[in-house]
Amino acid sequence: MLHIEDLKVELGGKVILEHIDLDIHPGETHVLFGPNGSGKTSLLMTIMGYPQYEVKWGKIYFKGIDITQLPVNERANLGIGMSYQRPPTIHGLKTRQMVMLCARGRSVDPEKLAGEVNFVDFLERDINVGFSGGEIKRSELLQLMAQDPDLMLFDEPESGVDLENISLVGKSIAQLLERDGYRDRDPSKSRYEQKKARTKMGLIITHTGYILDYVNADKGQVLYQGRLSCVTNPREILDCISKSGYEECVRCISCKI
Amino acid sequence: MHKLQDLKERAKAALSKFAPFGPDVDLEIFKKEADETKTYKDLDQFGEDEVKHILMAGIDPSEQGRSGTYFQKDTGVIKCNVKQEGIEVIPIKEALEKYDWIYDYYWKVVSVDADKYTAAAELELQNGYVIRALKGAKSIYPVQACLYIGTDMLQQNVHNIIIAEEDSELHIVTGCTTSPHVKRGAHIGISEFFIKKNAKLSFTMIHNWAEEMYVRPRSAAIVEENGLFLNNYICMKPVKSLQMYPTVHLTGEGAVARLYSIVVGSPGSEFDLGGRVYLKAPKSRAEVVARTISNGGNIIARGHLIGAVPEIKAHLECKGLILKGGMIRAIPELEGHVDGVEMSHEAAVGKIAQEEILYLMSRGLSEDEATSTIVRGFLSIDMPDLPPQLKAEVDKAIEASDKDVM
Repeated sequence: MLHIEDLKVELGGKVILEHIDLDIHPGETHVLFGPNGSGKTSLLMTIMGYPQYEVKWGKIYFKGIDITQLPVNERANLGIGMSYQRPPTIHGLKTRQMVMLCARGRSVDPEKLAGEVNFVDFLERDINVGFSGGEIKRSELLQLMAQDPDLMLFDEPESGVDLENISLVGKSIAQLLERDGYRDRDPSKSRYEQKKARTKMGLIITHTGYILDYVNADKGQVLYQGRLSCVTNPREILDCISKSGYEECVRCISCKI
Repeated sequence: MHKLQDLKERAKAALSKFAPFGPDVDLEIFKKEADETKTYKDLDQFGEDEVKHILMAGIDPSEQGRSGTYFQKDTGVIKCNVKQEGIEVIPIKEALEKYDWIYDYYWKVVSVDADKYTAAAELELQNGYVIRALKGAKSIYPVQACLYIGTDMLQQNVHNIIIAEEDSELHIVTGCTTSPHVKRGAHIGISEFFIKKNAKLSFTMIHNWAEEMYVRPRSAAIVEENGLFLNNYICMKPVKSLQMYPTVHLTGEGAVARLYSIVVGSPGSEFDLGGRVYLKAPKSRAEVVARTISNGGNIIARGHLIGAVPEIKAHLECKGLILKGGMIRAIPELEGHVDGVEMSHEAAVGKIAQEEILYLMSRGLSEDEATSTIVRGFLSIDMPDLPPQLKAEVDKAIEASDKDVM
């Protein structure tokens, strides 16, 4: 599981996250709401281990290991993966090569995986070079499929995706998180047993909540001005935000403290 | 033959003429004769370590997947054969003796009195190759040409002429390398290219020199109507000093030139290289791309596009990465002489973006793996129209140097 304890993070000398507590148990998926600039991406980057996000207080544990000071690649190798909103371009590195790199020596079929996110035509393209918003999302999902991490961090997976691809992206995320209607799973097991067998963890940032139409998340939280609200049902939060805005959640955070 | 006499006279007059670029090389100190004790009669006489160097330069001694081979060791020709009809490979000395037509090309696009190196190549010519694709001939496999130095302190002077006749297609890989036992030497290589109407020539040069080598190639090309000249240069290994500025004249409508160089400058190495294209005919196109990496060496990357007529289009790209000290100087020049030219350049000298390294690290790569992946990507230029065998040689040269770059 992922266990975050009283985390305080600074970026460029400025406090951007404070008093963050978060638990994601095996098989759970959390959704994180929050307005622009509230620190959602910073939280994901901190969990992933980006060095510019300086942890000033608190701890991050993953699978029982204190990863607070571990470099990015060691976290990846422990099973943390991220789908970026704006990944950098790497000239001369083909998407196909990137998929193979993500697989870390495990045998994967780039054509087959790319086929699942309608991305076969991009395998010979330099990674992220000239990709549209939706293409970036599908490329990121393709990489995660090859990497197969246990905890997946999604930074606004639906932003910039056109209507035609939104369900493809949503379903792929559901599949990655083993929430795809139990497809391809052992039919001899009951839904409850299958749910118990689920181990993948997810943390999804969303603005719009569209992703909830495809991924049945367990829990939701709001991040506002660097602080997390109490944990509750994601649909409820979405309703609350759409009716009364983030203001209501601020009150929630205040009462938590 | 008074014309030949005239060439000799002009060469003599230029014997002490400095080149406009690059440090002066004192040619006096080098031997002009090869070490006679080590003459090889065929390619199978090379030792294992020597073959390794040859392979690294893109030359396959087994001649598999090649339509012809020219192999010169020091001053003498070891092998000169061709397997495909319509393609000729002839040692230049033989051509100069036997064929009148060669004088339509010899010193016709490179000036014999350009500098002391061209002069030396005329006055002390050892040999070199003439490769010609006859009208309409298409080379299925590339022709390979190796200029090998096996004698320490030798000055190798070669002159090559490459002709792609009308409607022909010719692919050449030329590897210049030294024996692993050679420490020091000089190589002067004149190359004159003639790409005629509708012809296509790809010329891939891979250098794999010794650390104390002085190298002065002198290359120029004429591309006629709808002709294509693709010139690739790869040098991943140390060299003492290398200076070249290949020049292409696009004289026919729709002629295209693409010059790509991939260079790594190791400590103690000094490179001064570039590409210059004169766009003299409407609808001609040029692209000059250089990717340079310094890990302690000095690199000057030049580029010069001259648009002489309207309706031309050309682009220049010099990108450099400084990984472990050293110096990279990009000097792109654009020169438009009339209305209606379209020329651009892009120059950048920098470091690997931390963001890219972290992105790859978040996929599980170590920092070193991430860095080398980015570097390999940086060096891998898409080279359209390059046959797969040559693409493989280029990739091999880049891969093999990977360890050295890091």
